[in-house]
Amino acid sequence: MGAFFIQPLITAALVLVLTAPISGLVLDGYRFDLHWQPPLWLALAAFFIHVGLILIRRLLRPGQKAPPQQNSRQIHPTVLRTATILLPLLGLLLPFFLGKYWLTVAILALIYVLLALGLNIVVGLAGMLDLGFVAFYAVGAYGYALGQEYLGLGFWAALPLGASLAAGLGMILGFPVLRMHGDYLAIVTLGFGEIIRLILNNWVSFTGGPNGMRVDSPTLLGLEFSRRAKEGNVPFHEFLGIDYSSNHRHIFIYLILFLVVLATLSLVTRLKHMPLGRSWEALREDEIACRSLGINHVTVKLSAFALGAMIGGIGGVFFAASQGFVNPTSFTFFESALILAIVVLGGLGSIPGVIIAAIVITVLPELLRDFSDYRVLVFGLAMVCMMIWRPKGLVQNRRPVFQRRSA
Amino acid sequence: MEPSILAQQTVNGLVLGTSYGLIAIGYTMVYGIIGMINFAHGEIYMVSAYLTAIFLAVLASFGITSVPFTLVVVLAATICVTALHGWFLERIAYRPLRNSTRLAPLITAIGLSLVLQNYVRLSQGARSQGIPTLLQGSFAIPIDSHGNLIRITHVQTLIVIVALLSMAVLTFIMHRTSLGRACRATEQDRIMASLLGIDTDRVIAIVFIIGAAMAAIAGVLVSLNYGSFDFHIGFVTGIKAFTAAVLGGIGSLPGAMLGGLILGLAESFFAGFVNSDYKDVFAFSLLVLILIFRPSGLLGQPQITKV
Repeated sequence: MGAFFIQPLITAALVLVLTAPISGLVLDGYRFDLHWQPPLWLALAAFFIHVGLILIRRLLRPGQKAPPQQNSRQIHPTVLRTATILLPLLGLLLPFFLGKYWLTVAILALIYVLLALGLNIVVGLAGMLDLGFVAFYAVGAYGYALGQEYLGLGFWAALPLGASLAAGLGMILGFPVLRMHGDYLAIVTLGFGEIIRLILNNWVSFTGGPNGMRVDSPTLLGLEFSRRAKEGNVPFHEFLGIDYSSNHRHIFIYLILFLVVLATLSLVTRLKHMPLGRSWEALREDEIACRSLGINHVTVKLSAFALGAMIGGIGGVFFAASQGFVNPTSFTFFESALILAIVVLGGLGSIPGVIIAAIVITVLPELLRDFSDYRVLVFGLAMVCMMIWRPKGLVQNRRPVFQRRSA
Repeated sequence: MEPSILAQQTVNGLVLGTSYGLIAIGYTMVYGIIGMINFAHGEIYMVSAYLTAIFLAVLASFGITSVPFTLVVVLAATICVTALHGWFLERIAYRPLRNSTRLAPLITAIGLSLVLQNYVRLSQGARSQGIPTLLQGSFAIPIDSHGNLIRITHVQTLIVIVALLSMAVLTFIMHRTSLGRACRATEQDRIMASLLGIDTDRVIAIVFIIGAAMAAIAGVLVSLNYGSFDFHIGFVTGIKAFTAAVLGGIGSLPGAMLGGLILGLAESFFAGFVNSDYKDVFAFSLLVLILIFRPSGLLGQPQITKV
């Protein structure tokens, strides 16, 4: 019984020493204020976590590990089919019941779903850790803003432009980095993402620098969603003969975005079962074996990179359209880490998991406004804990298995 | 290009480079021994900058004014607590992942660096912090007959001296002691080393401690030099130090110092003669180019993949 508490006590003492200076002595100019509570709380928390861990380990030991769960937890086909029809319908109807605030949250959640789907291809399926995914997001957003400023392009022209710019950039970046293994690739993509952001930030004459750029909202067949249209145009609400509401613009963006997400989703789920998707996963597992079996690793990896980048670029165009404004602070490394956290928490490679994680991570902080300061801290902790205890994610990805049909 | 400016930028670059070199040692040793980029290392450096300011404030509150005494105590205390941070991170976040996939520890490291950044931000506030000037004055060295001078501040001198001393101590430990032998053995072949009775987990923990201690030395010295810092500094400095480690050949101790010096000089010249707005772009581009064209660095050996 004594040993039961000694180790946790040591941990608590250690945590106390560790956290006392940083969280206990708060700097105030060249002096400091003593806050004796935070270190004590942290030490107490460490104590109980350690006790809890020991308890869990003791409880699990007698029966060894729980028997591996049967992985044949299949969802009934009818349920699946009803869900695939009902959920998109619900999603399409949703914006009409939301207020302006929640509408913007929903749009943001969808953008993150899109980004996470894109990154999931690169990290989850192809197994290449891309820490600069935000670069493609930035290229999409700035592609729209700059295209509008210098070429007079609208939203509908910017969408393919942003997507192809991002995909092209993904290819250019992809070529040299393909030979690298995991961590070097991560660092190169990270450096690349930072270079893009720093250029956007410093090239003031072209991008407006830290002041950012204004972006027009999208139009529907030339109809504008503003109260008064530009010269010679009819605004959307007058055309339909309804009252003006600033929600129209958001509902419109939401609906297009929702359709784009659906299209991406069906593309990605299909790709997963096609030879290309299978090659991604195979290359992730064993590159040497794949190459000796004649899989062209260059085209396979490049396609993953380009496709992921393209989806990121589309996300960026929508981000610019919904915000009406872009500036470089939206494209920091933190954003890349956030999208990565979504992919990791959802389970690398698992598409439903990634969607759920994206929605939870964007909507939860809005519900828990008081804890918004702790948001990133919790993400970081969650990333660490997930890697240690559930490296395959909360929703585990079902690997393609060939089974003999029973009778 | 005036020779006096050139000489001054050389001095500044060398001083900057020694601090990159000190931080790069942490990256290079950890990479050498477990083949992992310890992404949270930059944040360890950031923590040590905060610790420096906190310990200075504590000493000041006791009314201690002797500069050498303050320096020694702050340096020692910061090294100890920062090293403890390094050890703790390894123990809770990296050791459980020793035998997992390559991606897992990298993701954990990113998570940890988010945790450390926000822990410091929430505890100490988001505003930038400063420390009082401890050492004033400088040496002025005339370089030509026109009375042009280059200035080397006392803090800069201190940085170079302390960095060289700690490098010498580290080299001695690695090459002349049984601990160093154990480190090198573990680096070459972890399984064989453990078969021969080396506690490899302990060796890895010690490597993290040494890396954190070196970052702490850099943290104290750089904070004394610049006087201000915030909770963001770990990210950019960490990447630059990693660039230095790769430039010198990752896994090589002299390589880390050499890479740091080259990067420091290159950055200082670029900022001084080309464009100081783009000096970070320059450093990052250098990183990308080295990794693409010469991933084994200047002093490293090319890796051969065995099937």
